[in-house]
Amino acid sequence: MAVVSARRGGRLRTWIGRDPIGYAFIGPYVLFLAGLFAYPLLLAIYISFFDYFFAAPGAEVDRPFVGLRNYAQILGDPVFQRALLNVAEFIIINVPLTVALSLVLASALNARLPFRAFFRTSYYIPYVTASVAVIGVWLWLFSGGGLLNGVFGPLAPNPSWLVNEFWAMPIIALVVTWKQLGFYVLLYLAALQNIPKELYEAAEVDGAGVVRRFMTITVPGVRPATTLVVILATIVGANLFTEPYLLTGGGGPDGASMSPVLLMYRQGIEQGHAGYAAAIGAVLAIAVMAISAVNRFVLERE
Amino acid sequence: MTTPVGSDRGSPRVAAPQSSRGVSWGRVAGLVVLVLGALVFLFPFYYMVVGALQRAPQTDISGAFPNPANLTLANFVDINAQVDLVRTLINSGIFTGGVLLATFVIGLLAGYALAQLEFRGRSLVFNLMLLILVLPFQLFMIPLYVLIVRTYGLSDSYLGMILPFAVNATAVFIFRQFFLQLPRELFESARIDGASEFMILRRIAVPLAQPAIITALIVTFIGPWNEFLWPFLITKQHDLQPLAVALANYISTVAARAANPFGSILAGAVVLAVPAVVVFVVFQRQFIQSNLGSGVKG
Repeated sequence: MAVVSARRGGRLRTWIGRDPIGYAFIGPYVLFLAGLFAYPLLLAIYISFFDYFFAAPGAEVDRPFVGLRNYAQILGDPVFQRALLNVAEFIIINVPLTVALSLVLASALNARLPFRAFFRTSYYIPYVTASVAVIGVWLWLFSGGGLLNGVFGPLAPNPSWLVNEFWAMPIIALVVTWKQLGFYVLLYLAALQNIPKELYEAAEVDGAGVVRRFMTITVPGVRPATTLVVILATIVGANLFTEPYLLTGGGGPDGASMSPVLLMYRQGIEQGHAGYAAAIGAVLAIAVMAISAVNRFVLERE
Repeated sequence: MTTPVGSDRGSPRVAAPQSSRGVSWGRVAGLVVLVLGALVFLFPFYYMVVGALQRAPQTDISGAFPNPANLTLANFVDINAQVDLVRTLINSGIFTGGVLLATFVIGLLAGYALAQLEFRGRSLVFNLMLLILVLPFQLFMIPLYVLIVRTYGLSDSYLGMILPFAVNATAVFIFRQFFLQLPRELFESARIDGASEFMILRRIAVPLAQPAIITALIVTFIGPWNEFLWPFLITKQHDLQPLAVALANYISTVAARAANPFGSILAGAVVLAVPAVVVFVVFQRQFIQSNLGSGVKG
């Protein structure tokens, strides 16, 4: 019916559009979006309002509606508060370092210097390598008898880096900065290529030095890229799991590197409190989106 | 928008030598920065390979310059005894291959429809796709676990691993952007000749889209190949685990009891890292293009 009237060019066709075949092409993707994106999103919110826990397969269990109780509980949970503080510490170290280092490296790459392709490749390699693989080598570097303790000698912290309550989180922040930096370098490189060369030439004629040109032309010129970098780095921080799980032995020592996603795993999947874990996910997602909105507002106001 | 930088235009003859000295100083500083950066980024990889080849762990500074007599492949044999490398590599390959296939078929159809076909609801689908790119994964961890493991009983299965990653949103975005650039007349004339949309896609769009397809598939490849959290959540059976999961389990449980734990961990890390690094180095032009593309978009 629909096809027939569409061919006739009736009102239905006007409403559907020129190519009803589009529905057949997009159909599988819409199914994917609906089943593995939209529905889980609604399910996450639904679960977070229930005392939803996993029972043995086949067992009928009562999962009462509890309203906002899960939310009230997590906000009062000292482990969750600690995890949020840890993410804050991560972001405070990772974001400024990421912005500064990637912009400096991108500017250096943007100058016509020899071996640019080699340098660009070397910065990108950690980004394409599995976290699990690079964690292997950082574990070794920071281990008790590892190379870094050899280099630092008596200055090395005791207890050693990864089991030290003060150092665990900063090291995670540094390792993640190292791993992700290449991606941000390329983002900035693209942004730099949009800054007209004449601006630099004019500033040079006016006698502005390298630092001055960097601060007055480069930094403002890449501001939209900076917004994107800050938002993406914040999302990475909120999603931390593999590093605290493997590098610091499950968020240790004593919760000093516990992350919200690791807590979701412990609570939701290991202990079966899915409602509680879903509420953590919702709070975290809301926080990330709020931080992104604030970043966008602060960095893009002019 | 940029702050004006002085306005001393009076003495170009004085400014010129100053600026050329400034440039060469800047070039040296730039090169120093680049070299330092390369050292920081590459040293851990060098050290990973060195550690994987050392018989006895040498953690002092001299260990960075290995003694040839201390080199061995024994660590690869060790890790293979703990983690079946062939089996787990095959699992990583099936997981990654499934995602690539689904992204290619479903994503290409979707990208073509989003760019070249006109139908109601198209922009809604496009906006949903963009939303995926910004919403953090942790929001989906618990409901996906409930659905895939509890509702559909797909734990310890390749399908369960693949489904949440099946169609990479970045790849759909790349396909759409590519098809948007193609002139409409190209497709219109084929339509007038009576070709079906599917024919047009297969005979005209896909051959033209080859560069975009390569870029999209390479960007997609590193996701599932490196993914740890999701397959870790849903695979308990060892013979179904991808290498990243098996190696992580080895690091967190078994390694403490091994004679040269770092040697075998690093041997496993090398095996996990090499395919992705090789794919990247071979296809880096495509990688970098897509990254530059996302920068322009932002």
